[in-house]
Amino acid sequence: MRIIFKTSYLQDIKLLKHNGYIFWYGVLLFALLIAPAVLGEFYIGEMAFIFIYAIAGLGLMILVGFTGLPSLGHAAFMAIGAYANAYFLHKGVPFLISIFLAGLISFGVGALITVPLRRMTGIYFAIASLAFAIIVEEIIAHWKSVTGGLGGMSVDNPVIFGFELDSTWHFYFLCLAILLAVLYCTLNLIRSPSGRAFIAIRDSEISAESMGINLSIYKIKSFAISGCFTGLAGALFAHRLSFLTPDAFNFLLSIQLLMMVVVGGLGTVHGAIFGAIFVGLLPQVIAIAKDYLPPAIGQFPGLEPGLFGIIMVLFIIFEPMGLYGRWVKFKLFFDMFPLYRKATFKRQKTYLKTERVQ
Amino acid sequence: MEFLQVLITGLGQGCLYGLIALGFVLIYKATEIVNFAQGDLLMLGAFFAVTYIGILDLPYWLGFLLTIISMAVFGYLLDMLVIRSMIGESQLSIIILTISIGFILRAVAGGIWGSDILSLETPYSGEMANIEGLVIGQEYLVVIAGTIVLSVILFLFFKFSSLGIAMQASSQNQLAAYYMGVPVKRVFSLIWAISALVAAVAGTLMAPISLVDPQMGFIGIKAFAAAVIGGFGSLPGALIGGLIIGISEQLAGTYLPTGFQEITAYLIMFLVLTLRPKGLFAQIQQKKV
Repeated sequence: MRIIFKTSYLQDIKLLKHNGYIFWYGVLLFALLIAPAVLGEFYIGEMAFIFIYAIAGLGLMILVGFTGLPSLGHAAFMAIGAYANAYFLHKGVPFLISIFLAGLISFGVGALITVPLRRMTGIYFAIASLAFAIIVEEIIAHWKSVTGGLGGMSVDNPVIFGFELDSTWHFYFLCLAILLAVLYCTLNLIRSPSGRAFIAIRDSEISAESMGINLSIYKIKSFAISGCFTGLAGALFAHRLSFLTPDAFNFLLSIQLLMMVVVGGLGTVHGAIFGAIFVGLLPQVIAIAKDYLPPAIGQFPGLEPGLFGIIMVLFIIFEPMGLYGRWVKFKLFFDMFPLYRKATFKRQKTYLKTERVQ
Repeated sequence: MEFLQVLITGLGQGCLYGLIALGFVLIYKATEIVNFAQGDLLMLGAFFAVTYIGILDLPYWLGFLLTIISMAVFGYLLDMLVIRSMIGESQLSIIILTISIGFILRAVAGGIWGSDILSLETPYSGEMANIEGLVIGQEYLVVIAGTIVLSVILFLFFKFSSLGIAMQASSQNQLAAYYMGVPVKRVFSLIWAISALVAAVAGTLMAPISLVDPQMGFIGIKAFAAAVIGGFGSLPGALIGGLIIGISEQLAGTYLPTGFQEITAYLIMFLVLTLRPKGLFAQIQQKKV
């Protein structure tokens, strides 16, 4: 068990709390840097995919996990980022500027859409964001001059300062770099006054408002930043897909993103990463398991979405804090070793959490 | 003439939206759970109807009765076994739980009935009613009539039967209802049963109009818009919201350029929410500290 002596107030908001963090995150970073030299091309591609999911997951985590606004429409931001990036690349805009513009447009759309959404909470917000995603999907399908409509649109390879990123490991490092930048921004955001305000809004809107937090402005901020990160993920996703069609960004993608943050663990930055790994690996694991299962089960037509649903139900009922919650419990068990009490994380069962006047 | 024709088709479609929205509202009003699997319950109901009537070749009314009984039992068990353990959890967890249940139902239906598109033969399908020059498919008239009958039954049930009043009581204030001796848990399960029953009726009415396949539950997303327009806490509101959406969607499909039909429902919803953030017939007030 480690005891940290606090000698200054700034220690409370340090990103790396003690040398253990520096060592283990250093090892992780080193492993990620040498991964392309060690692993095969397929695995590198899958890891890049997980990074993209993680970027989108961080974006969604800011909104759902930290501000408490459940969005069912984040596929729209991925679509906006992807199409904006592809469009600017077609127009001959350099990649670095085009991905920046993709993020900026998603940011702007996020800010604009919150104006009607800012007074809604809970279920109204969820349904309104879902409607927003469907409207965006329809606009993309019909705005042929920019998006190519239902026929789709090809995506050019990214070029940075005359250097074309055409192989898998180039793309891997591009995704890794953007993921690290987004991760750093998120961590900084959460320990800044804005981040604290988001968390206050999540815990109780009324108390936050009484403490002088302007709900509208902070909700708009949260949604815009969240949209921006998800848009960046979308821009990278466009390169991964290399051919865009509107139905790649449907309702199911929104749900997948939301499930990612829930499985990972709501309200934690780690959760977004864990969730991305989970969602990225699950289809592969199912594909491998299919070969070993008896054909009656292995060839079951809806196996993947069905399993997805079952895993989600089990998580929600038995591990509401997600994979990260499981990890925290696991770590605490060893930290406290013989003294760990089972009831430490016991959920407070409320009789009813109501949103109504009682 | 064309306008009236479009209007009646829209009315039929709107009744279906209204019925699904009714299912949402019933559950939400009582338990504050938003059941994202309502559309998939409808899909399951339609499949039950196809199985009883189409495959087992039972008479239409017997099959219909069996369908709604099976679905009511299913709804009851779903609440008793899965949803009940989630009472008091955050709204988001429950949203995701019900979405996941929808995934499972869709996968199971795809596994049992295959992803082929089935259709339901009814005594009235394919016939056209000719009322003073208006030619309307019988299916739509049956949908409208069915919705009216079901609404009247539900209205009478909630107004006069003691179980209905107990349901109203537990949706207004659980704790007080508990003290008065209402078995709140069982009442909740019964509300799920009623909601599944309404979904089954909607599914059986919808089966002859659209075709039956595991993806038909996505109609539920539009019914959400209907429920939100109606205020999400009001049963008549849900029906009216459904009618508004059904009719305006048909009108948009006829008179506006392509693409508008799909999004009319959501545009109207945004409009209503911007003007009245709690919907047209808001009954639920904001929480106090």
